[in-house]
Amino acid sequence: MTASKKKTLKKLAANVRMDILTEVYSANSGHPGGSLSIADVLSYLYKCVLRVDPKNPDDPDRDRFVLSKGHTAPALYAILAESGFIPKSELKKFRSIDSYLQGHPDMKHTPGCDMTSGSLGLGLSAAAGMALGAKHQGKDFHVYAVCGDGELAEGQIWEAAMFSAHYKLDNLCVFIDWNGLQIDGKIVDVMNSTPIDEKFAAFGWHVQVIDGHDFDQIERAVNEAKNIVGVPSVVIMKTTKGKGVSFMENQVSWHGAAPNEEQYKQGMAELKAAVEALDK
Amino acid sequence: MSDKKATREAYGEALAEFGAKYKNLVVLDADLAGATKTVTFKKAFPDRHFDCGIAEGNMVSVAAGLSTTGLIPFASSFAMFLAGRAFEQIRNSIGYPHLNVKLGATHGGITVGEDGATHQCLEDFSVMRTIPGMTVICPADAVEARAAVEAAIKYVGPVYLRFGRAATPVLFDKDDYKFEIGKGIVMADGKDVTIVANGFMVAPALEAKELLKAEGIDAAVIDMHTIKPIDAELLYKYVKKTGAIVTAEEHNIIGGLGSAVCEAICEKMPVPVLRVGVEDQFGRSGKVQPLLEYYGLTPKNIAEKCKAAIKLKK
Repeated sequence: MTASKKKTLKKLAANVRMDILTEVYSANSGHPGGSLSIADVLSYLYKCVLRVDPKNPDDPDRDRFVLSKGHTAPALYAILAESGFIPKSELKKFRSIDSYLQGHPDMKHTPGCDMTSGSLGLGLSAAAGMALGAKHQGKDFHVYAVCGDGELAEGQIWEAAMFSAHYKLDNLCVFIDWNGLQIDGKIVDVMNSTPIDEKFAAFGWHVQVIDGHDFDQIERAVNEAKNIVGVPSVVIMKTTKGKGVSFMENQVSWHGAAPNEEQYKQGMAELKAAVEALDK
Repeated sequence: MSDKKATREAYGEALAEFGAKYKNLVVLDADLAGATKTVTFKKAFPDRHFDCGIAEGNMVSVAAGLSTTGLIPFASSFAMFLAGRAFEQIRNSIGYPHLNVKLGATHGGITVGEDGATHQCLEDFSVMRTIPGMTVICPADAVEARAAVEAAIKYVGPVYLRFGRAATPVLFDKDDYKFEIGKGIVMADGKDVTIVANGFMVAPALEAKELLKAEGIDAAVIDMHTIKPIDAELLYKYVKKTGAIVTAEEHNIIGGLGSAVCEAICEKMPVPVLRVGVEDQFGRSGKVQPLLEYYGLTPKNIAEKCKAAIKLKK
């Protein structure tokens, strides 16, 4: 990856993170921790991978993206705004009665949102259905999804894992946001879903484990997944919950809490400083 | 009423028949293709039938995803494992985004028979009709089942269709039968009381009419194949005409057709409504006829309820 491409991506991700903070601060509720941890992969997907067009968001041949961990909707709305699907002004109305930006993604009313989600475990199955629909109709679009590590406790994830391998859905690529924390604590304490890699491998998937904040690794993983034939791909991303905002990093208390004014200002200042540092 | 055929048989045949006409129709099953009769479609269109294994929740959400790519998926299993097991997937993956998925639920009600209570779904009308935007249909015979399948294909949006395991009399003539979602069918006119039935209970309702006729009572019979949206206008017409209603369904009397009829009538022109159905109990093993008698799903009980309803008239 060229230095300028990486810089562009880092700036985009920082903007996505600022959007996330603004949404959750404006709503005074929402889920910042797991939104911040997927800002990099969403930035890469929407900037470099997905064949999508904000002028034609329902193009039947477009690539699809499913945010199975739907509570991190702030990240999805942020990247949709940064990509031109929805106006940035809408972000401040997140979770309010006069906005279509629901607490969890609503595909019916949000341009660019490919699947309603929020009830954990359902999104991966829907993504598998899209991938099967593509194969069945001889279309070449790809389906990408992001699941949480806590979400892996849902039995339906493994139903979908079995199904996707059975139907050889090599047009499906799932990212696991392995930040190690869920709402009640560490995943290894609440319900240990590890080893994640061995489980997916046993289900017949192509498995990659990467640093989910390293764009070079994300790029390599996506390219490898695209070239895999006959099996679905999972990219297990080691991430930091709350990434980019110092006081939120690795703190489970920021799973579903909004910053106060002082915290919001501090978080925004940190992210702005990170962007400025890129230009120095 | 000479021929008998299970509505699930008609369902499988209709999928195969309409599969030729509607190329984007695909069928999902959860290891019950032989029982739900989607196997008939599978034989005709093997590459459009996807077995999902014994994982109904995944099947329903997969169907949601398939529908977003322009296909019309019919997801099939027993009513218990669709409306019951996969309720939340139906609500959140299909109902909330109002996706174009059809749910073909067979083995509804107690006429499942020997398999017993775990497999006898008596709650599906209730839970399905509480999902906003969901259409809920339970055809009375094989002719109506076939027509309901095509109507569901043509309609854009989620539809729950309930079919039965047991053979039931063929009531309609295929050549002149017309099905319209949300429009009940007057099977027999009458002036003293109206029996509103669906599914397996339409034939016993017609028999009840004959029992009542012998006692000088003139009962109307309506086949209310669509539970949601309920045909309120037809109900009001017969409330005015007969002043008393008896509902008959193979479902818990709580939440199903009887409840839907009560809701419509109470809000506009309240009259006595008595409900024939399973009276808030679980099913049990047995052959079909003894089960129907055990739970009072008989022409005789419908007729008794009609007489009681007439007595309640002001």
